[in-house]
Amino acid sequence: MDLEYKEEDLRFRAEVQAFFRENLPKELSDKVRARRHLKREDAVRWHKILAKKGWIAPGWPRQYGGTGWSAMQRHIWAEEYALAYAPPTLSFGLNLLAPVLLGFASEEQKQHYLPRIYDAEDWWCQGYSEPGAGSDLASLKTRAVRQGDHYIVDGQKTWTTLGQHADMIFCLVRTSAQGPRQQGISFLLIDMKTPGITVRPIITLDEAHEVNEVFFDNVKVPVANLIGEENKGWTYAKYLLGHERTGIAAIGNSKRELKVLKRRAAKARVDGKPLLQEPQFAARVADVEIELMALEMTALGLVADGARSKIGPEASLLKIEGTQISQEISQLQLESAGPTGLAFDPAYLDGRTEHAVNGDDDAAPLAAHYFNLRKITIFGGSNEVQRNVISKMILGL
Amino acid sequence: MDLRLSEEQQQFADSLRRWIEKDYTFEARLKIIRSDAGVSQPAYAALTELGALALAVPEEAGGMGGSSEDLMIVMKEIGRGLVVEPYFATILAAEFFKQAGAHKPILERVAAGDMKLACALNEKGAGHELFNIGLAARQDGAGYVLNGAKCSVVHGGQADGFVVSVRTGGGQRDRDGITLVHVPRAAQGLTVTDFRTFDGQRGADLAFADVRVPASAVVGQAGQGWDILEAVTDYGVALLCAEAVGAIEQANALTLDYLKTRKQFGVPIGTFQVLQHRMADMYIHQEQARSIAVLAAVKVQTAAPDERRKLVSAAKVRVGKALQFVGQQAIQMHGGMGMTNEMSISHYFKRLTAIEMTLGNTDFHRSRFISQPGFAAV
Ligand SMILES: Cc1cc2nc3c(=O)[nH]c(=O)nc-3n(C[C@H](O)[C@H](O)[C@H](O)COP(=O)(O)OP(=O)(O)OC[C@H]3O[C@@H](n4cnc5c(N)ncnc54)[C@H](O)[C@@H]3O)c2cc1C
Repeated sequence: MDLEYKEEDLRFRAEVQAFFRENLPKELSDKVRARRHLKREDAVRWHKILAKKGWIAPGWPRQYGGTGWSAMQRHIWAEEYALAYAPPTLSFGLNLLAPVLLGFASEEQKQHYLPRIYDAEDWWCQGYSEPGAGSDLASLKTRAVRQGDHYIVDGQKTWTTLGQHADMIFCLVRTSAQGPRQQGISFLLIDMKTPGITVRPIITLDEAHEVNEVFFDNVKVPVANLIGEENKGWTYAKYLLGHERTGIAAIGNSKRELKVLKRRAAKARVDGKPLLQEPQFAARVADVEIELMALEMTALGLVADGARSKIGPEASLLKIEGTQISQEISQLQLESAGPTGLAFDPAYLDGRTEHAVNGDDDAAPLAAHYFNLRKITIFGGSNEVQRNVISKMILGL
Repeated sequence: MDLRLSEEQQQFADSLRRWIEKDYTFEARLKIIRSDAGVSQPAYAALTELGALALAVPEEAGGMGGSSEDLMIVMKEIGRGLVVEPYFATILAAEFFKQAGAHKPILERVAAGDMKLACALNEKGAGHELFNIGLAARQDGAGYVLNGAKCSVVHGGQADGFVVSVRTGGGQRDRDGITLVHVPRAAQGLTVTDFRTFDGQRGADLAFADVRVPASAVVGQAGQGWDILEAVTDYGVALLCAEAVGAIEQANALTLDYLKTRKQFGVPIGTFQVLQHRMADMYIHQEQARSIAVLAAVKVQTAAPDERRKLVSAAKVRVGKALQFVGQQAIQMHGGMGMTNEMSISHYFKRLTAIEMTLGNTDFHRSRFISQPGFAAV
């Protein structure tokens, strides 16, 4: 066994680091570092820089603008990306919809949508969940009834992340009530400007506007916007969910946040010593660091396991562990602030004021971050559902 | 042993609960926390009317001289109803005056509901250590001149006066040389920066620039404030634990109800065994937290200091464990709904998190428990 990075991997890492040093605008990385809310323009600006370099869509095939990187290179990329405090890319189009288009769309659809995703011309959002269909996604009710060369869509989606900015939404809709529920679902692309669509904000417990409800009232969608075959949408949806789960492990992010945590805890004092040397706190930091080391090896094992493009049930393991690690780190970060972490300052988080009201810019976003991160064990298939996947698919229980 | 509430105590709890259920609903509370003031004068008046303030004040100052057990009952209802009014801050500050046996006029006004107080004990960089005090008080004739700052003063912006811990001698982390003084809100040179805290309450930072107080402002004895400071904050921790228990019970009730009504895969999610066991664990946490919170609250004012420290820290540790588990799992089992600010469950989670960070967190109190003389004697 050889656990060292190869020479060419190290060279690649250096190249990536240099790219971030030279091309990532400081205003953007500062915002990410300070955990202040990003604006639509921020995301689009960064997207275009990456697109120009040809690095916006590492996972795509070369002919559509992919990088052709090995799984190891992509792993390195993701890690350096996080460590550079780069803003997230427009993931719904790039990482979730694109694989479905590549796998199941017509040539014409690929030619139309993929370049627009690549150039950030379309901001995509994901219309899967409904008020009554969360973990049990197949129970979704939003109807699409065919009328000539159109579908008429009626129903409601919810938890639509960043739907307020979106140009397009990819939806699972019910096109048939016959047979097993999974077999009457279709995968439909809908222009958010179509008459009959209403977007209503949902404010989350950290008081941010990140998710929305989307209502469809008699919305006319061209049949040309159907992906693959009618009533086969469930197959495509499941394919997409595998892609969603790997990203959620966020190992690079956790490495970065662990550094942030240690820096904070080395500065904070307790008992006249650095908090990082307080035995109980130190033990908890050590525990989470050790979990992360193990998870990185697990992930590298899966990566090195081959250029398998198909993601198996192992993704559930990465998701469960990765999300728990992220949450634990955010909790330790909040605790490192002591009582000063109680202050809540939406104006500062939104960038309306330069400094936090209690003068502690560093501590100001920690509570909101901790609360916001509760979502990661819920979405992308809740961790309970992931455990069901492991026990069924891997353990055969 | 009799672990039941007395008839009067039960009546008191019932009347408080009735008021909360009728006038302090979740919607009413949302309106209050979203208002500029962040608190409600009518609600405070109602608490006064119900006797909740008088309960905290001795009879000789016009109060009802309630015991810590009586106050525990009030705080539990406050926790259950997520009441955000400056009640706890006021009664905790009043407790300083009470234990010091002085300042009767202030206590009279507290009992009557026309004086709110806050405790200015935290400092930046001191974490949870209340003896870590940099705020300097220089002797000036018979009085003192204060220079420095306090932070994270719960309901500081709503208070008419503060109990402030200052340093009149010794080094930064000495227990000797700590003095407690009463500083009126209107004092010259005092700046109060009011802000929201994440749990819907308010906090404030205080800056002192040559703030003068007379010798009569000293609460207890100059230079020897630590004993009272520790005794009163221990009392505060016991009451916070009671508040947490009230919030935990309600969070559990809401979650249990959700498990029975939310359907996925054609069945209530409460039929999934993993969630049943999780809920069972939440219930066990609740009962364990409740028991140890009762122990601390009943004994906090009568136990000898060593015993008191041990019981109070034990309670904060066990309640801390419970509130983290219950808060986080309540959100998890509510799924996406738990993430929304319109659902009360997320507000219970936030208040529980704030309690964890107030008057010493779990790690802090576990350390304190370990460092008590009895711990290592085997
Ligand atoms: C911040 C956020 C952003 C989101 N973004 C999007 C988006 O952009 N697009 C989109 O389509 N969706 C999105 N979602 C929705 C997300 O995918 C769902 O919340 C998730 O699938 C869970 O569904 P639910 O909320 O209805 O919870 P429920 O399914 O009602 O689950 C409630 C609880 O029951 C548990 N449970 C359910 N079934 C089982 C079972 N069989 N066994 C054991 N336990 C079970 C769950 O784990 C959970 O703890 C988002 C959600 C959040 C919170």
